[in-house]
Amino acid sequence: MSSQAQELETLATSDYKFGWVTDIEQESAPPGLNEDIIRFISEKKNEPDWLLEWRLKAYRHWLTMTDPLKRKKSEQWAMVTYPDIDYQSIVYYSAPKKAGDGPESLDEVDPELLATYEKLGIPLEEQKMLTGVAVDAVFDSVSVATTFKESLAEVGVIFCSFSEAVQDHPDLVRQYLGSVVPHTDNYFAALNSAVFSDGSFCYIPKGVRCPMELSTYFRINAANTGQFERTLVIAEEGAYVSYLEGCTAPMRDENQLHAAVVELVALDNAQIKYSTVQNWYPGDIDGKGGIYNFVTKRGACRGTNSKISWTQVETGSAITWKYPSCILQGDNSVGEFYSVAVTSLKQQADTGTKMIHIGKNTRSTIISKGISALLGQNTYRGAVQVLKGAHNARNFTQCDSMLIGDQCGAHTFPYIDVRNTSAHVEHEATTSKIGEDQIFYCNQRGISTEDAVSMIVNGFCKEVLAELPMEFAVEAQKLLGISLEGSVG
Amino acid sequence: MLEIRNLHAGVEGAEILHGIDLTVNTGEIHAIMGPNGSGKSTLAQVLAGHEAYSVTAGEVIYEGQDLLDMDPDERAVQGVFLAFQYPVEIPGVNSAYFLRTALNAIRTAKDREEVDAIDFLALIRDKLKLVEMDEKFLKRPVNEGFSGGEKKRHEILQMAVLEPRLAILDETDSGLDIDALRIVANGVNTLHSADKATIVVTHYQRLLNNIVPDVVHVMLDGRIVQSGDKTLAMELEEKGYDWIKEEHATHSV
Ligand SMILES: Nc1ncnc2c1ncn2[C@@H]1O[C@H](COP(=O)(O)OP(=O)(O)OP(=O)(O)O)[C@@H](O)[C@H]1O
Ligand SMILES: [Mg+2]
Repeated sequence: MSSQAQELETLATSDYKFGWVTDIEQESAPPGLNEDIIRFISEKKNEPDWLLEWRLKAYRHWLTMTDPLKRKKSEQWAMVTYPDIDYQSIVYYSAPKKAGDGPESLDEVDPELLATYEKLGIPLEEQKMLTGVAVDAVFDSVSVATTFKESLAEVGVIFCSFSEAVQDHPDLVRQYLGSVVPHTDNYFAALNSAVFSDGSFCYIPKGVRCPMELSTYFRINAANTGQFERTLVIAEEGAYVSYLEGCTAPMRDENQLHAAVVELVALDNAQIKYSTVQNWYPGDIDGKGGIYNFVTKRGACRGTNSKISWTQVETGSAITWKYPSCILQGDNSVGEFYSVAVTSLKQQADTGTKMIHIGKNTRSTIISKGISALLGQNTYRGAVQVLKGAHNARNFTQCDSMLIGDQCGAHTFPYIDVRNTSAHVEHEATTSKIGEDQIFYCNQRGISTEDAVSMIVNGFCKEVLAELPMEFAVEAQKLLGISLEGSVG
Repeated sequence: MLEIRNLHAGVEGAEILHGIDLTVNTGEIHAIMGPNGSGKSTLAQVLAGHEAYSVTAGEVIYEGQDLLDMDPDERAVQGVFLAFQYPVEIPGVNSAYFLRTALNAIRTAKDREEVDAIDFLALIRDKLKLVEMDEKFLKRPVNEGFSGGEKKRHEILQMAVLEPRLAILDETDSGLDIDALRIVANGVNTLHSADKATIVVTHYQRLLNNIVPDVVHVMLDGRIVQSGDKTLAMELEEKGYDWIKEEHATHSV
């Protein structure tokens, strides 16, 4: 018992690798939320009137909604607890001063920012980058740089910050914005629609296989600031794209809100692979600080034979609330969800997916791996819906939970709603435990505790890690090891 | 090779081993027998470094070094191997990967080159033959769903791969069918050599027909109360433990 307390003590003070703050002059809106703030954001970004109207409509709708936490327990979807969020104390817009309109080229990016991304392991100078990966770097509320824009443009791929897309491709934005996640969808999506500041925009034209991985790296830096980004990925007929996102934030004692919306649209025969390695600051062992990661991610397989795959490795955040989902509208369309969620310290994760089968012969696969350690609480929550017209729909779901220690928890809530008798839905679930005995057994064979934990955890997650692009799989493996360091004796 | 002096150890609040003295020389095979609950597994676990047991007095010198000062993985690197009475299941990690990781951990710690997947396969196939195990076990998660006998044979397979200097086998013969018993005994004999030492914990004299011990010890209530040659095992088989218990009781009065 005492050794456990000691262990917790060490962990409480152990450092999160990305917890430093960039000292840079920021331009911020005053804290608080009202129509003027929304007008301020819209004006800052020089937005067309329709977009301001869209934001205001979302804001007015949001005002009519109830914070999910304030709903009756029985009406709450997620199983997380957190203190009331004071939406009037959050800063909704914060940007490094110079980058107001988005820099034209890397030469104009503040060196302090370049150094920040370099330190995060994401050098933005193209020659230093991983070949084959284009990056959009989002710092608090704005995109500070996008790499390889020109070479992508040569094949017709548009990859830029959301703000730029609004300026340069307003018709595309207007056509698709809110078409997958309407502003009325949920509390946090409505909030995001009102105040979103930046994010990434990708458009892959008909028949183009995007020649490199596209990625966005999100960094929250400023204090008391929320990050509300919006990502839109459109794959036209026969197009293919693999998109990645990574996230970190400084260690702060206050909680910070991250409420993003991601919309994916895949037309006939198009394929989108969307991967996330989320490592927001998780807070400490007492639950102090950390990011509230309340995110709405949804993909629409609009075309026949289209395919959307979500892969996520969630190791950070104090609270994660997200259900990357697929609307399988096109006949023969395919939705996939591969997830690893780690909750250690006092983290809570309530994550899973919704697969909505509408078209004929639609198929979905859900592989979820939840790992809980120390005081972490990990919930898989997923829904598989097969609508009337979805003949021969198929779903396979596998939810595995791993517990490290005996003070953490794992919960599984699969909701299944089948309205077509030809559907075939399968669900499997397992729970296993890594205890001192397993670690000792590995030690006795010469394997160090650290390697044993990482071997067991990686073995447990291998089906999901295999879905990540190579370099990121390696990163994710390391990250899993780091986030569980010290969680076993 | 191994010298245990006045070893006292136990769990929080309760001493289980009340002063063990035991010397095992290089090249020897020792058998430890004794009734259920007498502390045989505790001794094995203490030697391997299980943190549930704390040592309150005494010392253990292994190859001239203080064994109790080493972490469990360090002991393994130094050649101490324990075949567990109850091998542990490790979900999600297949046996081949586990064994290669273990072998490479030990090799790396000794500044030797790691064995790659291909060389390892050749090596392990050889060892599988020794314990007459099917290759399909390599793909299964460690010990998960293995039968009792399969788990025991899998322990010997690991011993064959890791080639320890001091092997401690805790009731590796329990739960084995007649063929498996022969296979395990044969494996242990093959792996034993003049520069190694082996300690077998067992309840049955029949194992000792196959693995012939140099010394047999009887453990009772956390002490070694009698030692002798292999005939002691036969005597126990014949007469049970009562006579020793009585004798020991009179001694300690
Ligand atoms: N972790 C523990 N916590 C509490 N008591 C323990 C623990 N480990 C062992 N003991 C106790 O110590 C005594 C010796 O146990 P041990 O397992 O060493 O016996 P053994 O000689 O190996 O018996 P067997 O022949 O049944 O395997 C037993 O009374 C047992 O209940
Ligand atoms: Mg025992």
